[in-house]
Amino acid sequence: MKRFLLAALLALAPLFGETTVIRNATIMSESGKGTFKGSIVIRDGKIAEVGENVMIPDGATVIDASGEWVTPGIIDCHSHIAADGNINEGSVSVSSMVNIKDVINPEDIAIYRALAGGVTVANILHGSANSIGGQTIVLKMRWGKDADEMIFEGAKPGIKFALGENPKRAGNPQGGRGGNASPARYPATRMGVEDTIREAFNEAVAYKAEWDRYDAAVKAGQNPIPPRKDLKLEALKEVLEGKRYVHAHSYRADEILMLIRIADDYGFKIRTFQHVLEGYKVADEIAAHGAGGSTFSDWWGYKMEAYDAIPYNAALMAKKGIIVSLNSDDAELMRRLNTEAAKAIKYGGLSREDALAMVTINPAKQLGVESRVGSIEAGKDGDVVLFDKDPLSTMSKVQKVWIDGNKYFDRDGDVSGRPAKELEKKKLMNAEKSNAPARRPQ
Amino acid sequence: MKHLVTALLACLALNAQPAPTSIAIRGAKIVPVSGPAIEKGAVVLRGGLIESVGENVTIPADAEVIDGTGLTVYPGLIDALSTWGMPGVAPAAGRGGGRAGAAAAAPAAPPAKGPEDRPSTTSWIKAADEFQPNDRRIELARNAGFTTAVVFPTTGIFGGQGSIIDLAGDKRDDMVLEPSVGQYIAMYIGRGFGGGFPSSLMGVIAYVRQIYLDADHYKLVKAAYEKNPRGMERPAYDRALEGVIESKRILLPANRWVEVQRMVKFGRELKQPTILYGMVEGFDKRSTDYLKDTPVLVSLKWPAAPRDPDPDEVETLRTLEDRAKAPTAPEALKQAGVHFAFYTDGVDQPREIQRAMKKAMDAGLSREDAVRALTLSPAEIYGVADRVGSIEKGKIANLVVTKGEIFDDRTRVEMVFIDGVKHTPTPEPPGRGGAATPEREN
Repeated sequence: MKRFLLAALLALAPLFGETTVIRNATIMSESGKGTFKGSIVIRDGKIAEVGENVMIPDGATVIDASGEWVTPGIIDCHSHIAADGNINEGSVSVSSMVNIKDVINPEDIAIYRALAGGVTVANILHGSANSIGGQTIVLKMRWGKDADEMIFEGAKPGIKFALGENPKRAGNPQGGRGGNASPARYPATRMGVEDTIREAFNEAVAYKAEWDRYDAAVKAGQNPIPPRKDLKLEALKEVLEGKRYVHAHSYRADEILMLIRIADDYGFKIRTFQHVLEGYKVADEIAAHGAGGSTFSDWWGYKMEAYDAIPYNAALMAKKGIIVSLNSDDAELMRRLNTEAAKAIKYGGLSREDALAMVTINPAKQLGVESRVGSIEAGKDGDVVLFDKDPLSTMSKVQKVWIDGNKYFDRDGDVSGRPAKELEKKKLMNAEKSNAPARRPQ
Repeated sequence: MKHLVTALLACLALNAQPAPTSIAIRGAKIVPVSGPAIEKGAVVLRGGLIESVGENVTIPADAEVIDGTGLTVYPGLIDALSTWGMPGVAPAAGRGGGRAGAAAAAPAAPPAKGPEDRPSTTSWIKAADEFQPNDRRIELARNAGFTTAVVFPTTGIFGGQGSIIDLAGDKRDDMVLEPSVGQYIAMYIGRGFGGGFPSSLMGVIAYVRQIYLDADHYKLVKAAYEKNPRGMERPAYDRALEGVIESKRILLPANRWVEVQRMVKFGRELKQPTILYGMVEGFDKRSTDYLKDTPVLVSLKWPAAPRDPDPDEVETLRTLEDRAKAPTAPEALKQAGVHFAFYTDGVDQPREIQRAMKKAMDAGLSREDAVRALTLSPAEIYGVADRVGSIEKGKIANLVVTKGEIFDDRTRVEMVFIDGVKHTPTPEPPGRGGAATPEREN
């Protein structure tokens, strides 16, 4: 089915190098221009021009978007789609040796559904079962491409940390105090989570020193035996060297402060606090550390540590100077992040532009890719979404999505392709029925 | 001596005739695989080897002559990835039970805390040392025309080293053609919840990667210690790494095209000669494009509809497509120039093997290519084509003689020769049906 769909989409999609013009649209540019009526020229995968009046190049595919809206591609800073197998390596409390990059599944239908909700970039995270989780990767939702081609080239990879209830009980229903059936996994308390992270960084510091000594010796012309490469510590060494972003799952104010202290002690930065439901309580400290906050719009009370969550969290953190994004953490919610953004207008009174920024340019900044995506500006990637109505309304539907100037989703193409796929399926089912050998009597 | 013993024992146990000094099959159609078929010719076997083959061959005076009129002689079939003769599949170390004879089977070992505990690893085991010649499946295999199998220990992640085994002879060591031809690796997540590291696909991949990093380091340290042990800490013996280092190549699993790409890249990263096994989606161009330098083993267990499907479960078009197209994989691989062989994958009954081969031929594979994928191709893939896989002077006298063309439903296996010793297929139990039933139909 996917292959058929792909063929259908490819037939519709302009080839790379073609030029697309979206005309007469209401553009929410997120580049300081606010919302205006205008046109966008996308050429060679990049936005070539955007403005009220643009030159339409010869041979361009022109889409008249009168009455329709265009936004930058939506960016989800916290997703678990497009990965094969378990999203948690939950057997150990430090699973930094595992990497989502190894298990990218470009065939996950959730990618296509995310596209249908206007998502063009997603930060694919390891789960939250471990104090220090696995390595993460930023993908573009290039549906139909190979795993390698999904990777957002140049985006810095990350690592998942997790605090609170999940890491202290995960892998173990008895909260780390299980019987013989399920042996206890340290830690079982928040104190233990802190200790686990500190111990891991003590190891990582020693590991880094060992490699630094080796590198120095090599530079000095000696020929020593290299230290053993340890994948678990290698990822933490990269954190210490600033080569890998830390995305930390967190809920409570105390544990947020705890992790900031650890980061300060070991000299690394937390790039984003994820969920960060009590972020509003410690927004000054988060802002001072320079971390971003990627939160939910209005989920709360679903477990003890989520009781103090409030829907004003995003707006309150933003007002304290934190770069705030709204994420999905969920394949279904991922399809309607535009209305998640809209909730920040109701709760906290953000402007329309600031609300949309929470699913576009803000997550782009959190992922360090704001020079490439997150707004509609000349020179940026041709990642744009065409909505039929106001994107901040629940009544709007995504009509078309471009990534790198290539169209990856087309609502009309999808709907008109469905009968053919149904037919194809019926044909295969009938063929299988008629080929089936008669059941042998037992 | 070897042959005398073999022959005597075989005579008692296996319904085989004692080997005279030489055997000549004449007047038969001969399909050498390495060259064009000979419509009427002779093969002479002596001392377990093929002495001569051709249209005009002098039959030695001492030969036992077999009238091959109406018969076809093929090279003995080779199962490229087999568990014939291997003791029952049991979990690796730690679950009690364990594989018979496996040194690893320590009962109730604690769950692995990380790669250093070498979970689900028995890389040092060789099939040649574990193989049980009295396995009932071996007789079935001979009845189906198999003379040779590449047998692997398949338990856990690093199952162990495969051995090429001739499927007759009562003394195990005499049956071994090559004791170590590669390491069987599976993406095996063994003990499930609370079962220790690794518990996810990405965990298994990280573990395998760490093992090869460790192996490289182990070699360096060992070499340095061997050169000058004074003043140097003794490197700890590690049988898991010894087993991996000893292996000439690795076998990695891949069914979906996504897995094919993932595992080809992984094999390259590990710098190991790699063979992929499985190949349900070997028909897909996205698979074959990746396989220019990687040989593959195609499972003869074609995907089938579930026997008692959940009536509420709606199968996807993708599942139906895979089922319909899987048997076209061999021809697609052939067209793409991919080196492939078949393996039986639990399809043990001669009739089922014949039907599975027929399915591939019905899907476009020529009989010549089908025969090659069970004879010369596996021999080439494992680097033993100088000994087996075709009917050529000087090669091991492994042959299958049929009445009718091989893999046709009315074809009977009349006899097989293994190391020059003749075996007549035993009658199958009534009700089973079978290609190799020696009784003539009236």
